[in-house]
Amino acid sequence: MSIQLTVNGVSRELDVDPDMPLLWAIRDHLELPGTKFGCGMALCGACTVHIDGAPTRSCITPVSAVAGKSVTTIEGLATAAAKAVQEAWVALDVPQCGYCQSGQIMSASALLASNPQPSDADIDAAMAGNICRCATYVRIRSAIHQAAGALAAPQSKGT
Amino acid sequence: MYLRYREDGDAGRATGLTRRQFLELTTLAGTGLTLGVVLPGCSPAGTGTGTAAAAGPSAPLEMPFVRIAPDNTVTVISKHLEAGQGVWTGLPAIVAEELDASWEQMRVESAPAKVPLYQNMAFVPLGVHAQFTGGSTAVANSWQQLRQAGATARAMLVAAAARQWKVPPAEVTVSEGVVAHAASGHKASFGELAGGAALQPVPAQVKLKDPASFRIIGREHLPRLDAKAKSSGTQQYAIDVRLPGMRTAVVLRPPRFGGKVKSFEAARARAVPGVVDVVEIPRGVAVVARDMYAAQKGRAALEVSWDESAAEKRGTTQLMKEYRELARGKQALVAAQAGDADKALAHAVHRVEGEFEFPYLAHATMEPLTAVCSASADKCEIWAGCQMQTLDQATAATILGLKPEQVTIHTLAAGGTFGRRATPDSDFVSEVTSIVKATGAKYPVRLVWTREDDITGGRYRPLNYHRIEAGIDKDGKVAWRQRLVGQSIIAGTPFEPVMMKNGLDPTAFGGNAAEEYDLDHTHVSWTRAKVGVPVLWWRSVENTHTAYSKEVMMDELARAAGEDPVAFRLAHLGKHPRHVAALKLAAEKAGWGQPFAKQGGRGRGIAVHESFGTVVAQVAEVTVKGDHLTVDRVVCAVDCGIAVTPDVVRAQMQSAIGFGLSAALSGRITLTDGHVDQTNFHQYTVLRLPDMPRTIEVYIVPSTNAPSGVGEPGTPPIAPAVANAVRDAVGVKLHTLPFDLAAARRAHG
Repeated sequence: MSIQLTVNGVSRELDVDPDMPLLWAIRDHLELPGTKFGCGMALCGACTVHIDGAPTRSCITPVSAVAGKSVTTIEGLATAAAKAVQEAWVALDVPQCGYCQSGQIMSASALLASNPQPSDADIDAAMAGNICRCATYVRIRSAIHQAAGALAAPQSKGT
Repeated sequence: MYLRYREDGDAGRATGLTRRQFLELTTLAGTGLTLGVVLPGCSPAGTGTGTAAAAGPSAPLEMPFVRIAPDNTVTVISKHLEAGQGVWTGLPAIVAEELDASWEQMRVESAPAKVPLYQNMAFVPLGVHAQFTGGSTAVANSWQQLRQAGATARAMLVAAAARQWKVPPAEVTVSEGVVAHAASGHKASFGELAGGAALQPVPAQVKLKDPASFRIIGREHLPRLDAKAKSSGTQQYAIDVRLPGMRTAVVLRPPRFGGKVKSFEAARARAVPGVVDVVEIPRGVAVVARDMYAAQKGRAALEVSWDESAAEKRGTTQLMKEYRELARGKQALVAAQAGDADKALAHAVHRVEGEFEFPYLAHATMEPLTAVCSASADKCEIWAGCQMQTLDQATAATILGLKPEQVTIHTLAAGGTFGRRATPDSDFVSEVTSIVKATGAKYPVRLVWTREDDITGGRYRPLNYHRIEAGIDKDGKVAWRQRLVGQSIIAGTPFEPVMMKNGLDPTAFGGNAAEEYDLDHTHVSWTRAKVGVPVLWWRSVENTHTAYSKEVMMDELARAAGEDPVAFRLAHLGKHPRHVAALKLAAEKAGWGQPFAKQGGRGRGIAVHESFGTVVAQVAEVTVKGDHLTVDRVVCAVDCGIAVTPDVVRAQMQSAIGFGLSAALSGRITLTDGHVDQTNFHQYTVLRLPDMPRTIEVYIVPSTNAPSGVGEPGTPPIAPAVANAVRDAVGVKLHTLPFDLAAARRAHG
């Protein structure tokens, strides 16, 4: 069965088992390895992608559920919020092993897209689903605040 | 892991190597190794006479640890695994310093598996010649080696420039990646000079910088070389490797440790679309498929009958009961003894006792164990986050009937390790190689462990039991009697002959109070428990439990004597000046001694511990509401010698605090009748962002000593510091890990 979807702005066709988790479809069949496998049960957030802009755990989302929808992976992040997040991540040297950071950045950029000035409590709520075993959490929190500041700065065009 | 260094000599110690000896040995060995050793076939640098034709204006300068390319990039060859701890930044920083490079031109890549060239110098004095990353040794053992490498390359660039410009070498300067001669106005980049430098003889001696003139080492924020790749999804891990025709495999392993395959029925698994092979390997049955989804579906359809005659069938409740009994028995081996602990305890004015229980812990690296293997009749290539490259290489070679040099190891960035990828029997690398062998090497294989495979897969921090009786006499002298019971990590591995002496495994009891404090009467004994659950080093190894019972009991002694916890510790650290400095710095920065508002269930506690040559002190501030604990603030002081990359040091302290706190708050692997009870992150819960302390302050003790490690030493103090803070806040004694305040109130009243 062929499934049509848009991935990072490009229309793609997938000829896979409709029950296959989106994670494995994009990693093994669309060859986009930036989205990571961490738990397979939506417990760790490493596999987070945006589906029509909403952060979603791709490891439990069957490809059939995203037919006709727009999927954005870390490779396709292009919004002003996402750019600000990625720049803050580099500026503060957030990553350590780095494996969870695609998912962290997907969650953080979705947060800033819907809430440009998040409080610590907002960050707690939005980021609690993303595990980092290197515990880079202090810097993740700081980087989200820094990205929010960059987006709010009058001279900023979000880049 | 594995090694403990000490400042002062102690001939009676099991590991035998003092910090001073270690530094001397690595310094000498580093000098000998670096110079004159050039990768075979790479460049004429090792034999250069200035006339060789192979190099030239557009050729690179290629040395064992450094490559300077015509495009002006300087690539450091890292013999160590980058698993988050920052070696891909720290090692290039050392080279860049002596080379006087610009940080922007620095790059890094993994070294091939090769000894003695890329062996870990820290273990050479023990007779271990292996390339591996562990024991927080990466920067420490590379320090002299890479300074020499950078200074050597610099001297060759200078010689090339002097020759080209016909000026005296002594008048040539190097700064920020630019080689210049002021009087003549000549200037050149490293890239422009690389080809000429490759024609220069390797100098027999080079002068290293005076540390006072360091400008890259010690820079407050030296950007990580891997930050951009790791913030854009482009960093490649083993799980991301794709080879033409590659298949994906998962393995069904025995449900109990020690079980074996009796027989299996593969028909249903083979019927799953996409499954291409089902093969038995020594560790279970592998399902090989077109993609991960099919492999998992195939595994779910597999029917295996297991031989569990030799399997471990005990549960952890039973094991802990047996450990308590073992602690009362007479099979203990004496690990440390001084004075007369029994007599001193009998005459103690103040006396405290405690029983401590520590669970098995999984590493739970974010990238589940993964390795890719491709082989033919006479060669094999492996892509993995290898932590013990030459052991992994030898294991793969043995499985395939090849020579080690026929196995190429591509060490990729690892999505975390915390010790898990340093398995002396190369578990996941041996599995993928076995699958390739069993499938006739028809296609490359990517082996992926699922999270369930990881959590239930053993190789845990060992279950441990400690019983401590401690006392203070009328003169303030401390007596300490401690019994430890746990499995040996080292026994049965290639490390046993060199690291276990008289049956004692130092990775089971090191870092106890007899080592870390000046105590008059000590008796520390260890009983080895024999259990079929595989165990492994877990970020800071034995210090994960020895520091805990030590620092909690020192606090209880101080409390019993009515003394301040900091003052009490200082009174017993006379021979440990680095402990004193770290403890004082942490206390000062935390405002210890200043009024502290305890209303609302607040408390604070302190702990100090040395591991891997680094001393860390931490003050934790907590709030306890009912049975709920929040860690509000941690103040950390660290003495790691010269801090090569201070921001990486801070990052490692933050990381280690989060990692240790995760275990203290909820980390626990339990077994029932030999079956692991936890399977994924819903049951093996780990620290998440809301539970991370809002404030972590890290202060680095100024030092001119050679660097020691920072990957692990931040872990041991956090749990006891928090436990001491809870005791301060609400008076509850926490002796069983992970913390359960309700249970602790019931147990200790």
